[in-house]
Amino acid sequence: MDTFEAIKATFFQECDELLADLETKLLDLESGAADDETINAVFRAVHSVKGGAGAFGLEALVRFAHVFETLLDELRAGRKPCDELTVRTLLRASDVLADHVAAAQGTGPEVEEARSAALVAELEVLTHGEGGSPAPDEAEDDFGFQPVAFDLPSLDLPSLDLPSPDAPGAPAAGGWRIVFRPHGRMYVNANETGLLLRELGRLGPLEVELDDSAVPMLDRLQPEENELVWTIRLTAPVDEAAVREVFDFVEGDCDLRIEPIAGEGPELPPLIETPDAPADDIDISALLAKVQDEPAAAVTPAAPATSAPAAAAPAASATAPTASSPPAAAAPATIRVDLERVDRLINVVGELVIQQAMLAQRVTESGLARSSGISVGLEDLELLTREIQDSVMAIRAQPVKSVFQRMPRLVREVAEMTGKRVRLVTEGEATEVDKTVVERLAEPITHMLRNAIDHGLETPEERTAAGKPSEGTVRLAALHRSGRIVIEISDDGRGINRERVRGIAVSKGLIAEDAALTDDEIDNLIFLPGFSTADAVSDISGRGVGMDVVRRSIQSLGGRISISSNPGKGSTFTLSLPLTLAVLDGMALGAAEQTLVAPLSAIVESLTPKAEDVHYVGGHDAVIRFREAFVPLVDVARTMGFRDAPVPPGQGVAVVVETESGARAALMVDAIHGQRQVVIKSLETNYQQVEGVAAATILGDGRVALILDVDALVANARRRPAAADLKLAS
Amino acid sequence: MTKTVLTVDDSRTMRDMLLLALEGAGYRVIQAEDGVHGLEVLAASGGADVVITDINMPRMDGFGFIQGVRSNPAYDSTPVLVLTTESDATKKARAREAGATGWIVKPFDPAKLVDAVRRVAA
Amino acid sequence: MTEAPTNAAARELIAFRIGEQEFCVDIMSVREIRGWTPATPLPRAPGYMKGVINLRGAVLPIIDLGARFGLRTSEPTARHVIMVAHIGGRMVGLLVDAVSDIIQLDDGAVQPTPDVASEEVRAFVKGIFALEGRMVSLVDLGLILPPAEAEAA
Repeated sequence: MDTFEAIKATFFQECDELLADLETKLLDLESGAADDETINAVFRAVHSVKGGAGAFGLEALVRFAHVFETLLDELRAGRKPCDELTVRTLLRASDVLADHVAAAQGTGPEVEEARSAALVAELEVLTHGEGGSPAPDEAEDDFGFQPVAFDLPSLDLPSLDLPSPDAPGAPAAGGWRIVFRPHGRMYVNANETGLLLRELGRLGPLEVELDDSAVPMLDRLQPEENELVWTIRLTAPVDEAAVREVFDFVEGDCDLRIEPIAGEGPELPPLIETPDAPADDIDISALLAKVQDEPAAAVTPAAPATSAPAAAAPAASATAPTASSPPAAAAPATIRVDLERVDRLINVVGELVIQQAMLAQRVTESGLARSSGISVGLEDLELLTREIQDSVMAIRAQPVKSVFQRMPRLVREVAEMTGKRVRLVTEGEATEVDKTVVERLAEPITHMLRNAIDHGLETPEERTAAGKPSEGTVRLAALHRSGRIVIEISDDGRGINRERVRGIAVSKGLIAEDAALTDDEIDNLIFLPGFSTADAVSDISGRGVGMDVVRRSIQSLGGRISISSNPGKGSTFTLSLPLTLAVLDGMALGAAEQTLVAPLSAIVESLTPKAEDVHYVGGHDAVIRFREAFVPLVDVARTMGFRDAPVPPGQGVAVVVETESGARAALMVDAIHGQRQVVIKSLETNYQQVEGVAAATILGDGRVALILDVDALVANARRRPAAADLKLAS
Repeated sequence: MTKTVLTVDDSRTMRDMLLLALEGAGYRVIQAEDGVHGLEVLAASGGADVVITDINMPRMDGFGFIQGVRSNPAYDSTPVLVLTTESDATKKARAREAGATGWIVKPFDPAKLVDAVRRVAA
Repeated sequence: MTEAPTNAAARELIAFRIGEQEFCVDIMSVREIRGWTPATPLPRAPGYMKGVINLRGAVLPIIDLGARFGLRTSEPTARHVIMVAHIGGRMVGLLVDAVSDIIQLDDGAVQPTPDVASEEVRAFVKGIFALEGRMVSLVDLGLILPPAEAEAA
């Protein structure tokens, strides 16, 4: 990627940030959470998008941003009221602006001309009033957009900027006579006559006359009264615009006359009467030296007088180049690092964790005493390794804000499509989670928000009839809970129609007709594969995707999803995910010579059942009594196909696990090897998803161990009708 | 001797573009993200040969920044160029009133930018 | 990128043995060759999936090519060889008896697979050719992986 493309990439990255900020600030305006600075920030966001877009010649984007910006300029100046209607229009304009950005980036379709034009018209009505012609106003004027392609090759040629051919004032055959009298103001702004002469000198040979007769006596010197008069003869076949260009910055801070030297024609009268001006040619370098001494010396003592002297002194000491003391108000220093480098670091630290575990195992196997120097040193190493890992993971941690920020727009769109009135409330935007998790949150959240509005919320009429406010509320919250991130999506809608859900599950053969299920179990049926069908899924919420797919995508992240519902009051989806996809706290289990890892977060308790604790139902489905209930027993080695016979009665360990929805099962294994923090490795990278297996890891001995998908194992066990029946029979 | 240019702009894109154009022309570039930061960077680096600043920025805008520069005797003769999307006479007068030495109209042509810097750099 | 350019006149192949038979694959697909290490079995995997091993931190599935071809198989020993191959964006370990040769092959020398070969073998073999009196089968690696199951049941 060349530099130009890199800057363009930065631009689009920045656009994403600006657009997110824009929306947040507009929502603040809508909710009344805005302060005086808010509208300025909104203006700056659109202004910056326009500025960058101009540099890249993205005309459609610039045009739209300009109209948008013009209205915002009116609003921030207080010339137009920022009322509810206006804010709503601004929000829709921000959506279209985002679409223009996406189109320019090539990540979205071209923006429909009609849609864009309609909003432009709305914005213009707000800017100029109803029926007001979008006459070129000040902003329109100063805009005069002429996209200038940021052309890299031209960087190598910092040539003098020659005026365009159609500029007024044709080249004068005899050159130009320039009479120039700077005002003191010019020096205050750090312009210097010497530099102007240097520029003129680049156009052609100069003859300079300096009349210092008007220089005031020092005792009455004021910057405004600096009355040096310069008469310059420029012998060059350039046009007048080229000469004017040199004085562009000082126009208004000087008296200037530019006249063609018309061969033998009569001299034009001088700007001011300058008796006995020296006619000799002056050496330009000598002149420059003189100029640099003179006006500078003359002006500098007077300069503080132009600003408040009292304020100047402390300011000077405060900003004096003492360099080392960090400024108090400075934002925390940040650096931008290529994500690839961070990922590489994380991978290497992952290997370090494995190596450390391997080393620890070797030391244990060697039979060294726990108090030996090596063992103690190894423990310290383990702590350090953990700390390094946590620190490295923290580098990649990001607030979920970036995902949450995309949701208001989605909610607006779905509300519009379904004719429902929705208020989105977000909480916990600052909750941090690994970048890899953040990126993969957007899809399930999008899906569930759609679902909440489309299926959860009633129409305004239905709500009013039910005695609820006509506007429904959807809440999106993030929080940390026991080492995981929990996302809750709740609505105050109608709740799950359990009768209907049950009916569908029975008709699809997912549960037995007479299966006795708790309310929670019925609610969670919607996650079963094959539950959602085309007719049960509207195109808005589903896009043809069932909740089972959502659940699977969450499970593939090591996450769990569950629902709780209150008929007539609403539903809450709870999504729980690991904070990172890189490491997992697990329990190593032994089954048929294999080591397997169960996520520690799923484990409730482990016990060593006696032979009589295990009950068999219908021949081979075993259950075990655990705290006043029977839970299905899953013989791990057999379920995984590692051996045919189950763990013999009276042997082995039962590890009771629980899913996010509260369903339990006991995993029967040969032995428990202890807790491990393991680095998660995907099976799908080189193979495919395997049922009952969430991922793989590499153990201390260098071998691959599988990480159990507890939810799948439990769900599988609980689907056995016998288990469900027996639970109720107890 | 390599001249140092301080660029003050809240847009990363603009900062990158300025950096690319100016470094390409052999200038050393130091950067700041708003007016307050600009004054801090100026102080920390002991000044610059030329300053380029945006107008619309958070915390302290370009006008406030220029005033800050001009009110400090250490930098009051430092040329300050203003980045503006606006080039009409009133905007120019406003920039001059605020103490700007000159201006660069956005979107800028790198050659014009470099030329403007060269024109005001002592 | 894993498939060798078919229009190339000549290409380099790696020949290997499974039992008495000799096969070969494009050398460009093979990343490395290593000795057998015990694999971790995967639940409910087809018989030719020997499981997964750790290849410098990556989880590498091991396919017993003999079993895949429907030939007789034996328990792998330390003398067996794993060819680490790049197939369709994935890294896969191919368990074979031994690597026998590196050969230059002219595309014109390849003949269609004769009917005498077993159906399984023919399913994975693009063609055969003679080499110093031996018959070598050219394996199409793209067909080796089990069809990706979109969803685990």
